[in-house]
Amino acid sequence: MNLLEANHLKKYFATQKAVDDISFSIEAGSIFGLLGPNGAGKTTLLRMITGIFYPDEGSIFFEGKAFDPTKDLAKIGYMPEERGLYKKMKIGEQALYLAQLRGLSKSEAMAGIKKWFEKLEMQSWWNKKVEDLSKGMSQKLQFVTTVLHQPKLIILDEPFSGLDPVNSNIIKDEIYNLARGGATIIFSTHRMEQVEEICDHIILVNKGQKILDGSVKNVKQQFKQHLFRIGFESEANGPISSAFEVIKNNPDHSLTVRINEGHSPNDVLHHFLQQGDSIISFNEILPSLNDIFIQLVEGTAPSRQFQRANGEW
Amino acid sequence: MNKTLLIIQREYLSRVRKKTFILSTILTPLLFVGLIAAVVAITVNNATNEKVAVVDPGGIFKYSLQSSEQVTYDFRKDVDTSNFSSKGYSAVLLAPNSEMNKSSNFKIVSHKSLSRFANDRIHDDISKALENNLISQQLKIDPLLIDSLKHQAEHVGIEAVKTDESGNLSNSNFDVASGIGYVTGFLIYITLFIYGVMVMRGVMEEKTNRIAEVIVSSVKPFQLMLGKIIGIGAVGLTQFLIWIVLISSLSALAASFIPPDVLQQVHDAQQQIPGSATQTSEAINKLASAQQSLATINWGLLVACFIFYFLGGYLFYAALFAAVGSAVNEDAQDAQSLTFPITIPIILGIIIMINSINDPGSSLATWASIIPFFSPIVMMSRIPFGVPDTVPYWQLGLSMILLILGFLFTTWVSAKIYRTGILMYGKKPTWKEMIKWLTR
Repeated sequence: MNLLEANHLKKYFATQKAVDDISFSIEAGSIFGLLGPNGAGKTTLLRMITGIFYPDEGSIFFEGKAFDPTKDLAKIGYMPEERGLYKKMKIGEQALYLAQLRGLSKSEAMAGIKKWFEKLEMQSWWNKKVEDLSKGMSQKLQFVTTVLHQPKLIILDEPFSGLDPVNSNIIKDEIYNLARGGATIIFSTHRMEQVEEICDHIILVNKGQKILDGSVKNVKQQFKQHLFRIGFESEANGPISSAFEVIKNNPDHSLTVRINEGHSPNDVLHHFLQQGDSIISFNEILPSLNDIFIQLVEGTAPSRQFQRANGEW
Repeated sequence: MNKTLLIIQREYLSRVRKKTFILSTILTPLLFVGLIAAVVAITVNNATNEKVAVVDPGGIFKYSLQSSEQVTYDFRKDVDTSNFSSKGYSAVLLAPNSEMNKSSNFKIVSHKSLSRFANDRIHDDISKALENNLISQQLKIDPLLIDSLKHQAEHVGIEAVKTDESGNLSNSNFDVASGIGYVTGFLIYITLFIYGVMVMRGVMEEKTNRIAEVIVSSVKPFQLMLGKIIGIGAVGLTQFLIWIVLISSLSALAASFIPPDVLQQVHDAQQQIPGSATQTSEAINKLASAQQSLATINWGLLVACFIFYFLGGYLFYAALFAAVGSAVNEDAQDAQSLTFPITIPIILGIIIMINSINDPGSSLATWASIIPFFSPIVMMSRIPFGVPDTVPYWQLGLSMILLILGFLFTTWVSAKIYRTGILMYGKKPTWKEMIKWLTR
């Protein structure tokens, strides 16, 4: 079942089309990646899903029913990219306050805070003020306040920005745990390597439009360039064939080759076996999401150009 | 628990628990009382006695120029303009057409200029003396008799009594009423600014801290704005309550230091018909009449109106300040240029208030006390003059209703600007853009 469905969402601002007809659906329990360069419209899209903005056009369905912010917000945890905390407030009180604003009772909130603070070793922070925390520490606190009320949908906008690798891993593990526990996660970022590790399904938006939609595996297949890397014991003899082209001669006696159309990896192996080369490895090189991202986004004019949206001055 | 209530609670507690709040709340009345005491002490100590030598060979002043507490006149023949200071005089007065003063005018010679009080006093004394002198010369009457006649005429008590339709008489004291009007009007003016700016800073803090977006993903922006405005308003009310308690207990304490015989005299003066109380001093008489007028003021109504106009004016302007806070970023200068249009009516209000104090029944005062932009300040300065004689019930009622409608309107307008502004980063919006946000 789809937890969230967005149909033909549009949001135009005076100077730009922030979101221009985007549709997607998110399966319950999956980790969904929302990718795009800076200013592509990700944040606007998320603000519509969290009820901060009303879409100009289009509809959102949450748990199969039309999205109703007043009712459904309690089931959503949103950690925006532009996030902050009250600097002068004590950590414990702040977590309690934010949890109560999300609709928890005081005792539920206290229990949740206690559990999470123990889990992330934050118990000693209770009486500290936010201004005493490092950036990573306050990020952890923000993560806790986002997931404290056990939301069905967790929306994380750039959750790792400014985190060191150790803390990134801690948060990443918690995200996995939450997904395993049945939560659905939307994960918005422009850092592709994280997406590749975490996400099941991605969409890529650029300049307010969706330009890619699919599972990570399918997307990579869709954009593969039939590249293979073949390792040899010693330098290969006669690597010339109609079945492939050598792209690169690597220094460790390996070749990067592109298989020509109409041929299969078997033809390549067959060729080298006939040559008498002893092969020690044979791998397909799939494009990284980063490559795909750059390939798709590069060359288009930088986003947030101040184009005129229809009907606006 | 209601989310707006949660926000109100946080806004309230986070401010009331601050050390600066506790200090300013306790220290302000102390400072206020201390300041008044200091001013009184300085004025009393500064009222020095000036000694003036009079060179009057013609005898114009002989009987008529009388020394007083402020100025002592000595008729000396051995003093002139060159040696008066060495003989202990601060000035020398030269009669006209004498040896040292050939002109036909009086001449006062001094080294340093005399204080304004002494100067005015000397001028008064001279003209009075001359007047007495001329009358006695023309009518051949003893100058001392003239003086006592004049004294009688001057000290006739004038009792200002207002009468209402049913014919009840009530004492009215213009000075006391205008004094209270000033204080309450200014208090409203200052608090509008202090708490309005506090709301603006709070909104700006939330915006620049980037916590606004976290919060508006669980509550409506309107709830956040309303919670902040009500929370800070409650802080203001708390502060007033503490001040009222502190000031009334301090003045009770101060009153216990007034010697009982003075109080007895005041009491006696009140029993007598004003004006005939010749045996008591002028100061006691004034104190007595002031006490009497203080007693005629309807304190319950005054305090109730004060709280109403404080809250109404605060809600009216705080919403506008919140809208400005949501529209600007860290830049304090942006905030200043956007608050300017809001502060103009407040400042205009205080100017009208100063005018209306002198003529609380004028049409300017009447209209300004009805229009919500000025009514909190101006109406508060008129109420001490009396309801319903100076301020008819219909004016008070209309003013209150319009103020309530006014703050509902500003809150509605501000909520629209706030909703968009709180999530807008980057450059400061223009007025044109902000008006566009209203229509969305």
